[in-house]
Amino acid sequence: MAKSITAREVLFDPVFKNNPVILQILGICSALAVTSNLNTSLVMAIALTSVTAFSNLFIAMIRNQIPSSIRMIVQMVIIASLVIVVDQILRAYAFTLAKQLSVFVGLIITNCIVMGRAEAFAMQNPPWRSFLDGIGNGLGYSLLLIMLGTVRELFGAGKLMGYEILPLDTNGGWYVPNGLLLLPPSAFFLIGFFIWALRMWKKEQQEKPDFRLAPQMKEEE
Amino acid sequence: MSSNQESIVRTLVVALVVSLVASIFVAGSAVTLKPIQQKNALLDKQRSILAIAGIEGSRLSADEVRALFERRIKAEVIDLATGETTREYDPLTFDPLKVAKDQNISRALPGKEDIAFIKRREQYTTVYRLEAIDGSGELEALILPVRGYGLWSTLYGFLAIKPDLNTVVGLGFYQHGETPGLGGEVDNPAWKKLWQGKTLFDANGRPDIEVVKGGVPPGSQKAGHQVDALAGATLTSKGVNNLLTFWLGEQGFGPYLERLRRDMATPENQEEEE
Repeated sequence: MAKSITAREVLFDPVFKNNPVILQILGICSALAVTSNLNTSLVMAIALTSVTAFSNLFIAMIRNQIPSSIRMIVQMVIIASLVIVVDQILRAYAFTLAKQLSVFVGLIITNCIVMGRAEAFAMQNPPWRSFLDGIGNGLGYSLLLIMLGTVRELFGAGKLMGYEILPLDTNGGWYVPNGLLLLPPSAFFLIGFFIWALRMWKKEQQEKPDFRLAPQMKEEE
Repeated sequence: MSSNQESIVRTLVVALVVSLVASIFVAGSAVTLKPIQQKNALLDKQRSILAIAGIEGSRLSADEVRALFERRIKAEVIDLATGETTREYDPLTFDPLKVAKDQNISRALPGKEDIAFIKRREQYTTVYRLEAIDGSGELEALILPVRGYGLWSTLYGFLAIKPDLNTVVGLGFYQHGETPGLGGEVDNPAWKKLWQGKTLFDANGRPDIEVVKGGVPPGSQKAGHQVDALAGATLTSKGVNNLLTFWLGEQGFGPYLERLRRDMATPENQEEEE
């Protein structure tokens, strides 16, 4: 049954067609927290992509050995170990960024995308394909993080990757930064706009309303 | 096969093997990466010390930072109560923040004295002397660790002062959790620049430094003791004000600065110490 999907589709479908954040609305918490600048967004994107890819790989490798009664716990153990390792690597090789990301790298453990892909894909598919699925979903998340990071840093601080793009009024330029964009709520609005834009482009992603409001009825006499 | 997979023994074996492999993996990475991480943490702290002393630390390479520290920066552990240097601890490994949590070598601050809201003050702390580039050992700046509560978080930073023990070289925080864009502007280079050249003590040697809401009025008589508050961050600004008043006062570095002033007035003392 899985044979009908090509590896290419496994890899790229989650980017636009089935984006984990925009369509499935998963992983919103970290998308709000770490995207106030592009640097942290990029690091977070890479961290999450590698965790999803490798947890899918390892879980798929032992999927036939895992007793179903403890399968969630086994998945959690694998994911948690990977997250700790990623955190350690970041602290060793990207210290200042790791400091800015602080607790959010650790919180990848609770990111629904990782657990969701492990349970929904890696438990039924061979390792290589699961690995690609992990990368694909990571890319879908990365795309949104990078878009958020770019908009928020550019218009919130006039910079990209820490370099000044729009000359700030505090330094003698013309751009007055919009401080709201540096605060987490702004990411909520932006994600809303992205969801709207994607669903205007790909109409099949629009959801049917679960129910409609009935017209007001007149009281029976 | 599948019924075999669900047996209790099988479940236990799988759980055990998975946990074992995962723990070896995690422990292995933590142990192998630890030396690099510690080096990073030290380098980060040294960079912020240099930056506050007026040497732009972020542009220097790791080796340059290390070399500068070896040649020009001397760390010493001092007793805050007496102001004397102590040899009891090695300044390279001594961690004042850890000591502040130790009941035996720190002091709980009663509410009235605790204007910086730090609850406990360590008995010993590390100060850094930036010495002249010619190697004569002459003091160029003194760097003191300060900390105190802002709006959301404790701000940890350093204050660098000139050898007159009154003029500010720089003030900066290496760790805090204030609101980005508001209180987080304590990191703004433009604001940090305002501190340079301000004087900390009044004529009687009492701490006299004020962060002024709405900006220092033009022509203020005390402009040398006043700094503009951060716009939209009244409580963070107040926190900075409080923590400086605390650390410069009797509970903070007061005795130490007093001791240094005495030493400087009588030069023979310095030679004796040598």
